[in-house]
Amino acid sequence: MSAELFSVFYQFADVFAFLILSAAGLAIVFGMMGVINMAHGEFIMCGAYVTVGLVNLGVPLPIAQILAAVTAGIIGMIVELLIVRRFYKRPLDSLLATWGLSLIVTQSMLLIVGSAVRGIGTPEGSFAIGGYTFSTYRLVLFGAAVAVLAGLYIIFMKTRFGVVARATMQNAAMAKALGARTGRIYSISFGIGTALAGLCGALYAPTMTLIPTMGATFVVESFVTVVIGGANVLLGTAPAAVFLAMIRMALNASYGQIIGQIGMLFAVILIIRVLPEGLSSVLVRRGR
Amino acid sequence: MLKLLDGPQTLGRGKIFWSCFLAVLAGALIYPLFADSYDVGNFAYFLIWIFMALGLCLMWGYGGMLSFGQTFFFGIAGYGYGVLAIDMGGGTATIAALVLSVVIAMIAAGILGYFMIWGGISGIFFGIVTLSATLVLAFFLGQTAGPEWHIGPARLNGFNGMKGMDPLTVGSFDIEGSALYYLMIALIVIVYIALRMLVNSSVGNVIVATRENPQRAEMLGYDVRKYQLLTFVIGSGLAGLSGALYTSWGQFITPSSIGLPAAAMPIVWVAFSGRNDLTATLVGSFLLLFGFQTITVYSQQAALVLMGVLLLATVMLAPQGFVLGIGKLVVDWWTRRRRRDEGPALADTGRLQSDET
Repeated sequence: MSAELFSVFYQFADVFAFLILSAAGLAIVFGMMGVINMAHGEFIMCGAYVTVGLVNLGVPLPIAQILAAVTAGIIGMIVELLIVRRFYKRPLDSLLATWGLSLIVTQSMLLIVGSAVRGIGTPEGSFAIGGYTFSTYRLVLFGAAVAVLAGLYIIFMKTRFGVVARATMQNAAMAKALGARTGRIYSISFGIGTALAGLCGALYAPTMTLIPTMGATFVVESFVTVVIGGANVLLGTAPAAVFLAMIRMALNASYGQIIGQIGMLFAVILIIRVLPEGLSSVLVRRGR
Repeated sequence: MLKLLDGPQTLGRGKIFWSCFLAVLAGALIYPLFADSYDVGNFAYFLIWIFMALGLCLMWGYGGMLSFGQTFFFGIAGYGYGVLAIDMGGGTATIAALVLSVVIAMIAAGILGYFMIWGGISGIFFGIVTLSATLVLAFFLGQTAGPEWHIGPARLNGFNGMKGMDPLTVGSFDIEGSALYYLMIALIVIVYIALRMLVNSSVGNVIVATRENPQRAEMLGYDVRKYQLLTFVIGSGLAGLSGALYTSWGQFITPSSIGLPAAAMPIVWVAFSGRNDLTATLVGSFLLLFGFQTITVYSQQAALVLMGVLLLATVMLAPQGFVLGIGKLVVDWWTRRRRRDEGPALADTGRLQSDET
């Protein structure tokens, strides 16, 4: 019995980790600046390529993954400085600008690197409970997702940067008047967002084929999680991921991946009809 | 009725504009007499996509709804035409397949639009929800390779795409080559004129008012949701028309014409052209398609990189669109010169520019 229960938990953890890791970066950028980074998938791709490149050079996998996240974060801050910064007052234009960037990056990668890059296998290691064997790496991913949530909680709730960042999120003009350097906060938040995207790519790099268009695999999940999460990403993202993971897990188990994804999309479309502000609006109302 | 052709919502009015319009139309009509049939077929191919661009222009430029789902409806109608044309057995039934597939796309737009618009989704979320639906459809069709994925005798064929449907046919006459070309020209003229009339009509004024300020439009007593849904259904239906014509033109369709990067293309065309005007979108989309096709022959990736660069450059340098911006500059220069030559009294005749800009 406990083996079946664990198996259900394992499947849930797998989907939950995928949703959190792919959405966290997008959610932070959206929550802070109201900007949806359409090049999010490309930062994920960047993280994956850097990881694989470093591992092929002989760097140990965990260190390569951390370096990949840092690289994506630095590139993100450069992109923020050069492009995204101009569009904070025009969120729809920021969508187009980052989509243009995404096209440029994906297609240039296809031109330069070509479609095939030698991957690295999933780290070995499995364990058995009851009659079932489970891959250890999938649990590592779940652990990483929880660690990302905990890390974000600490950064935004327990540090001085977090206080100023949340003030900026609530009312940028007022925070600026009180002396917060909102420009720098935006820059750092965008960096954190893209670093998390890079981390997502780095963590999933060993489990999938590396192609320049791999970012597209993640964007649907990250979009719907952010849409369901709602405007207050610090409150909304995790419950949204739990909720979507339940739906997805149930459908995946009986009908397969693609029906799981379609079902998730239908659920999202039904939910926005009832809760257009997302789950966080309900949670905020409860809190009052 | 004819008065609605010129109005505050469309640029380009007066004798000079309509003379140019007729001259271009005449040129397009005699073109097949001089060109070989391969070029005419290519030309017809560019024209297929114009409907999708005009639809997006209506939704985004006039309605303020940035839909990333044009290829979603393109795909629904494209596959719809394929399935219906095969299942109904070709021949004259293909005309019914064309009409039905566009209707199916419009019904899909009605359903998706209902949930989004009545849910109050707008702005950025409107874009990413429509894009999510688009990508999911592309993923779904991509994995329908097995023989179990069929509708009647029509197999979906997964990533390799559907083929084997008849082109548009009347009796035993296949509408291909220059016949298809003339059909496209006729449809574009009809759609363009109809859209001009729509946006200049009272309905069009409400659509534009909703874009400017939904609350205010609502206070004036309009149920803005109905107008938004109408805009969304028409705009998406035009994408469906493109899709059905595309399948009929090449007698095949694959999931890659739905997913990324195809989904970005209508956005690039309309943003580059100038989303606020139908004429600018018509001209600009055609130019971009022509350029894209020319470069694709050498390298598809390079052509797509260029599209990305154009999108980025448009947003950063000319957010209202390049074609619209250049058009306005030319007209300003022209009117200024005429004003100098003939005095101020005649300066306004044949102005291409709308009054409030």
